[in-house]
Amino acid sequence: MTYQLDFGGLLQYADLLAKGVGLTVTLITVGGASGVAVGMFGAWARGFSRMSWLSALVGCYVELIRNTPFLVQLLFIFFGLPSAGIQLSAVNAALLAIVVNLGAYATEIIRAGVEAVPRSQIEAAASLGMSRLQMFGHVVLQPALQKIWPALTSQLVIVMFGSAVCSQIAAEELTFAASFIQSRSFRAFEVYFVATGIYLALALLLRQGMRLLGQAVIFRRAS
Amino acid sequence: MIQFGLWDIARNLALAARWTIALSLAAFVLGGAVGLAILFARTSRSLWLRRAASTHIELFQGTPLLMQLFLSFFGLSLVGIETSAWSAAAVALTLWTSAFLAEIWRGCVEGIPGGQWDASASLAMSHLQQMRHVVLPQALRIAIPPTVGFAVQVIKGTALASIIGFVEVSKASTMITNASFKPFTVYGMAALIYLALCLPLSMCSRHLERRLHVAHRD
Repeated sequence: MTYQLDFGGLLQYADLLAKGVGLTVTLITVGGASGVAVGMFGAWARGFSRMSWLSALVGCYVELIRNTPFLVQLLFIFFGLPSAGIQLSAVNAALLAIVVNLGAYATEIIRAGVEAVPRSQIEAAASLGMSRLQMFGHVVLQPALQKIWPALTSQLVIVMFGSAVCSQIAAEELTFAASFIQSRSFRAFEVYFVATGIYLALALLLRQGMRLLGQAVIFRRAS
Repeated sequence: MIQFGLWDIARNLALAARWTIALSLAAFVLGGAVGLAILFARTSRSLWLRRAASTHIELFQGTPLLMQLFLSFFGLSLVGIETSAWSAAAVALTLWTSAFLAEIWRGCVEGIPGGQWDASASLAMSHLQQMRHVVLPQALRIAIPPTVGFAVQVIKGTALASIIGFVEVSKASTMITNASFKPFTVYGMAALIYLALCLPLSMCSRHLERRLHVAHRD
């Protein structure tokens, strides 16, 4: 007997999938925004602050995160931290893991942009008597973000794909919903096929959203 | 009751690390071979081959690796192929790797100045001969640093194979945690093992890149 594909049976689970999509979107927007904020701080500490100990510390953080799998980071945060007295719900652990992970990658990406800002700009800012922090905020950050916006967008998409792993700690996002439906209906291939399609669509939406956000905030000309 | 000491945890994780390395190597070598084929298709003169190659790349770069693993784990058995966690993981990781490597290498091939193509064409070389004798040898030089860098992504990607039940470092850590109730130590050690595998590659990639840039500046 050959296997008959049946996508119709999934319709009754549509609201479950929708809920899953909701959490995935929450994870990527909240986690993404916080992660990029961490990245901005990291880029400042690494490339602009004059505190060498802070720069070294951020350097270690970046190497540690970039050279270990997201899954292990997630499991460490969810299962390992409680023995250090930090207990988090599945969703909070997933969010924290995403922020920590994205923060490291965003640090490197934004730092590359910061390094690409012409020296003369920074010297001009210094001649206006700006502090290092003011220079970073008013002069360096925007052109730096303009340069690395596409790379940052790609990294966010990668993080969203990575968030599929959060199903492993029972955060009820899209993959969790798909696995749950699979265990009910035994329609593994159909369910994962549909979920994959949804991820593909979400990735397109995310890219589009980042393009619009970039136009509104990063590529805006000072009036 | 069996006690899990620090040494037992380390030893078992190290044993599992062999499988992480084996899966990474398989995915990287096979993915490299498939990626090379896709690179040829992507840069060929036939519109259809180019389209097929870019669809492959879009599909595998545009969906989560975990979904690809699930689809290969459940999908291959639908068409009647007996799948183990190992074979499903190897297939999914190979295809995923091939998509990324093909795209990385395409960038390197396109980085070769057009004059090189024209010059070799004027020597009456066929497209394949141009690639083989003129373009690829030069592209290889710029391709090495990002390729080594991507090897790190492959090693980290193998962690996901634990979810479909392949016993490598991540799966072993979960199993040891369930037996020893020391998640902090076990997952911390697992992270250190990955760090030991990946950090040298990362540093090597960065070093090669810097050396290449120096060479370019001359």
